[in-house]
Amino acid sequence: MSRLIVASIGPASSVQDGGRFGAQRYGLTVSGAMDRLALAAANTMVGNDPFAAAVEIGPFGATFTARDGAVRVAISGAPRNADIAGKPVAMDTSVTLKDGETLTLGFARGGAFTYLAIEGAIKGEAVFGSLAVNARAGLGSPYPRALQAGDEFTVDAASGAPELRIDLPKPASGPIRVVLGPQDDEFDDANKALFLGSDWKISATSDRMGYRLEGPAIEHLHGHNIVSDGTVNGSIQVPGNGAPIVLMMDRGTSGGYPKIATVITADIGRLAQTSAGTAFRFKAVSMAEAQDEARRFAQLIRALPDRLHASDVVELNVEALSDANVAGYAVSAMDAGTWQVTAEP
Amino acid sequence: MAPTLPPPRLLPSGDSAVTVEFSRTIDDAANERVLALDKALAASPIEGICETIPTYRSLLVHYDPGKIGFDALGEKLLAIARQPLPPSTKARRWRIPVAYGGEHGIDLEDVAKALKTTPDDIVARHSGGDYRVAMIGFTPGWSYLSGLDKSLHMSRRQSPRLFTPAGTISIGGIQAGIQCLAAPSGWHLLGRTPVRTYQLHRSPTFLTEPGDRVTFFAIDHKTFEELDRAAEAGEIVAEQVDA
Repeated sequence: MSRLIVASIGPASSVQDGGRFGAQRYGLTVSGAMDRLALAAANTMVGNDPFAAAVEIGPFGATFTARDGAVRVAISGAPRNADIAGKPVAMDTSVTLKDGETLTLGFARGGAFTYLAIEGAIKGEAVFGSLAVNARAGLGSPYPRALQAGDEFTVDAASGAPELRIDLPKPASGPIRVVLGPQDDEFDDANKALFLGSDWKISATSDRMGYRLEGPAIEHLHGHNIVSDGTVNGSIQVPGNGAPIVLMMDRGTSGGYPKIATVITADIGRLAQTSAGTAFRFKAVSMAEAQDEARRFAQLIRALPDRLHASDVVELNVEALSDANVAGYAVSAMDAGTWQVTAEP
Repeated sequence: MAPTLPPPRLLPSGDSAVTVEFSRTIDDAANERVLALDKALAASPIEGICETIPTYRSLLVHYDPGKIGFDALGEKLLAIARQPLPPSTKARRWRIPVAYGGEHGIDLEDVAKALKTTPDDIVARHSGGDYRVAMIGFTPGWSYLSGLDKSLHMSRRQSPRLFTPAGTISIGGIQAGIQCLAAPSGWHLLGRTPVRTYQLHRSPTFLTEPGDRVTFFAIDHKTFEELDRAAEAGEIVAEQVDA
C-alpha cells in the first residue's frame, strides 16, 4: 500500500462519491459529487467505478504527496493549473506520482470543483453504501468533515498502467434547463415569466447544500409556507424573501418552501460549476425532453471508457518507459512524429 | 370511515422523481393514504423506482428514467393511489421517556405562561397525547408527529434558535417532534429524551418508521442520565408495545 498525503488544501474540499441513497425516508442526506460527470471521468481514467470515492477539491488550490510508493491519480472538472515539480499536468489526464513527488493544483479557473481520483479509489467505512462526506451530519469516511492539511489516504500502489487522457464532450452552453414544478401553481404567470426571463447570479454565500440566486424577487401566490414535502437534487425553492435557492447535494430531505421548478439531471453539474457572479438564465423544457437528456447523460457516463486515449505528454511516457528499463527500445521503435510535447490538447 | 379527499395529483419533481400529492394541508387521512401507497410499493415494487419518501401529504418517488418514463410510472402510481385503503394493520407503538422542563426543556415554563396554565399541566397534556409518526425528515431521525393536543397548538418562536440539543422533544404549530441530532429549531423545547431515533452502528440504525404510534412518559433527570448512558452504549431505551 502507498499513502497519499494532503499536504495543503483549501476550504470546501471533501471526499465525495455517487451519493448515499436508500435512507432519505429517515432524513439521511444524499450528498455526493457536485459534478457527477467530472467525478466519473476522473475515476474512469484510473480504472475505478465511475462513482467511486474521490477528492472533491473546492475553488482554492491543493497539494498531494505520495509516500511509501507510487500513487496513480487523475484529475477532471473545473480547470486549473497542475504540475509535478514544475512539469505541467493536463486536466482530464491520469498521472503517476512517484514516492515523494507532489502534485500541485492551483485555483479553479472558472467553475469550482475539480475531482482527484486515485487508482483503486479512496477506502473507508461506507454508511448506506457511501463514503460521501456530509459534515453537518458527521457522516463520511475516512474523514467525516472537510479535508485538512495533514490528512492522508491509504491507497493502492500504482499499477504502472499507461497514462490516459479522456476526451469529454464540450460542455453545453446556454441556459440551465428546468422542468416546472412541483409547486409552480404557487406562482402566477407573471412571476413564472420573471423566473424564466431574468438573468440570475449565484451568490457567494452558496455551498454544497444550496445555491442562493441573486436577481429579481419572485412573489408567491399564497405565501411562502407550504406543508413540508420531499426535495430532490436541483429543486428550486422560493423562500419568503423571494430569492430562489437551488437545492444541491447536501440538501435536507424535506422542505417547506414552494418549489417553482427543478433543474434537469443533465444540467446540475453545469450549474454546480457556474462561478459566483456569472449571469445565467433558466429555460423550461418538457418532461419528455428532460428525460431524453437524462438518458443521454446516463449513457455518456456509461460509455466514458470509450473516450479514453493514450496520454500524449511525452515527458511522462519517457519516464515511465525509462522506469521499466525499456526506454531505449521503445523510443527507437516509435515514429518521432507521434510524440507531442503539449501539456494541453 | 370515508375521508373526503380530492383525487391524488402527480407533481413533476424534475426528470427523475415525481410527487404523488394527496392533500395540500396536514391531514391524517391524507397521511394514511401516503403511507398506504408507500407500503403498497414496498410490497409489489414497480421496476425503475429507486427510493420513496413519505411526507405529511405526499409521497416523493425517485425513479430511473432509463427504466420507466414519467407517463407510464404516473399511470401506475395513480392506479394504486386510487385503490381503497387496505384494512389498517396493527402499528407499532413506542413509549418514549422524556425528562421535562429545567435544563432539558427550557421553554416549558414560557409555554405554560403563554397558555395560562402550569408546567405540570403542559407535561400532562403532552405526555397524555396519542401520536403518529407522519414523516421523518430535515435531519436524520427527526420524527414529525401528528396528534398534538389542540390546546397545545401555538405558533413557532419569533426567532429560531441556532442550536437545540440532541434528543429535544418539542412542539411547533400543530406538530410535535422527536429530534435526534443537535440542530437549529424554531420550535418550543419541552424536554429531552435519551432515546436515539438514529444511531449509526446500532441495529436498527433508525428506530422510528412513518406510521408508528408514539406516546411519551415523564422521567426524572437522574433517570435521564442513566438511560442516556445506556442509549450511548447502543441500547434502545424506548419501550415497544403493540398499538
